[in-house]
Amino acid sequence: MSKKPLKKKHEVETTGHSWDGIEEYNNPLPRWWLWTFYACIIWGVGYSIAMPAWPIFKSGATPGILGSSTRANVQADLDKFAAMNKPIQEKLVAVDLDQIAEDPELRNYTQNAGAAVFRTWCAQCHGAGAGGNPGLGYPNLLDSDWLWGGTMEEIHFTITHGIRNETDPEEEARFSQMPAFGKDGILSGEEIDQVVQYVRQISGQESDAELASAGETVFMDNCSACHAEDGTGDQMQGAPNLTDAIWLYGGDVDTLTYTVTNARFGVMPNWNERLTEADIRAVASYVHSLGGGQ
Amino acid sequence: MGLLDKHGVIEKNATLLLIFAFLVVTVGGIVEIAPLFYLENTIEDVDGMRPYTPLELTGRDIYIREGCYVCHSQMIRPMRDEVERYGHYSLAAESQYDHPFQWGSKRTGPDLARVGGRYSDAWHVDHLTNPQSVVPESVMPKYGFLLNRMIEPAHIDQRLSTDAMVGVPYTSDMIENAKADFAAQADPDADTDGLLERYPNATNVRNFDGRPGISEMDALVAYLQVLGTMVDFSTFQPVASR
Repeated sequence: MSKKPLKKKHEVETTGHSWDGIEEYNNPLPRWWLWTFYACIIWGVGYSIAMPAWPIFKSGATPGILGSSTRANVQADLDKFAAMNKPIQEKLVAVDLDQIAEDPELRNYTQNAGAAVFRTWCAQCHGAGAGGNPGLGYPNLLDSDWLWGGTMEEIHFTITHGIRNETDPEEEARFSQMPAFGKDGILSGEEIDQVVQYVRQISGQESDAELASAGETVFMDNCSACHAEDGTGDQMQGAPNLTDAIWLYGGDVDTLTYTVTNARFGVMPNWNERLTEADIRAVASYVHSLGGGQ
Repeated sequence: MGLLDKHGVIEKNATLLLIFAFLVVTVGGIVEIAPLFYLENTIEDVDGMRPYTPLELTGRDIYIREGCYVCHSQMIRPMRDEVERYGHYSLAAESQYDHPFQWGSKRTGPDLARVGGRYSDAWHVDHLTNPQSVVPESVMPKYGFLLNRMIEPAHIDQRLSTDAMVGVPYTSDMIENAKADFAAQADPDADTDGLLERYPNATNVRNFDGRPGISEMDALVAYLQVLGTMVDFSTFQPVASR
């Protein structure tokens, strides 16, 4: 342990202050610190000349000789990637919808770009894996059970205009509305119980045969116009097939009773204002390829 | 050295030191703040911006009460990744009727500046009631109690007047009809001509939570559904110098 020898009084000047005999050395600032400080001042002057800085004009600050602009930068960045995607996107928009999957280059592009669009815009409702959210009414896109049709053309139309929204500028959103049979007093509680049992019967679930046979009449009078006489639904009207084991909200007695009583009104936004035609085609092709495409 | 030799006077007088220190700090404030009042491009004029409707404003108050801003920002920065994920970068004008603005500085959840119209009302109700039911990996708390808290527009006209005091252009017509507008926006069967005349742009009239009566859920969803939808970006021309 060696102690640094204390500086002698005569080696460094003092500030001349003295408090009860205690004096203060007047050491200069470290050189590296001082030069860094001067360099920062010079940098600051140069920066304010090069970049937007001084708010002296009414119309805005001095633009700086480099002409830097955050808005121009982000636009340039967007344009750069748009230009890289342009050839393939132009090709994608030009071809017939059914031809997209036939072309290996387009197929490869839509599988990746479509998946990216899906994860950004669709996954919140339909799930990251497109499995939907049965019970909450968000359809599974992996199976071959389609509400509004599973061809490329139908999927493309649904994504473009959405379902039951009021925001589509072309007002082409798919629309149908099931009556609230119980709430609006169209059917009595007893009739609803009967038709629920009938729906359970035709979907191959455990049901009360007596109620179900009475429910058949109720179904034919009230439901068959949309869900078809055999209960297989109608994709023109978005009426679900009731004979399979796939349920949007649930096939148990309580859920069915709630559905018949209050009706359902699932909404999907129109994507034509948020996504480009190429993006819509990419994600339509991606969804079509997930397993249920027709 | 003249003047410099006199600094001892300031160092030995606390009051004088305080006054001069304050003056120095004031210079910094003036340089940073004053230009905002005369620069024409501080807030550019954008078509479509309107004050919040009474129901949306109530929803905004609930948003602030529940601390949504702690995890959600409302500011899409001008970078490619943000623009591609959330939509057009935010404009200063889009927060001009926010007191205080909700830009935020922390994103535990996603940015909400353009969440309006992105999801259905039912999704918002499902998500606020139980976020994990629609986004399994979400860490958001549940806000289902909003459905059960019914609200009356008892003081909504005063609420609008308060915003008007700090510069939000609420007209006397809007303030007088605030209670009626509040009720009309959540009722698709109501007479909404007056509401849509006073708030013509981007106004949604729906029963947002799908249940009878006006709950806090109605107000919050009405607010979320209008976020970022007022400006029509198909006609907006950005000024590159900003």
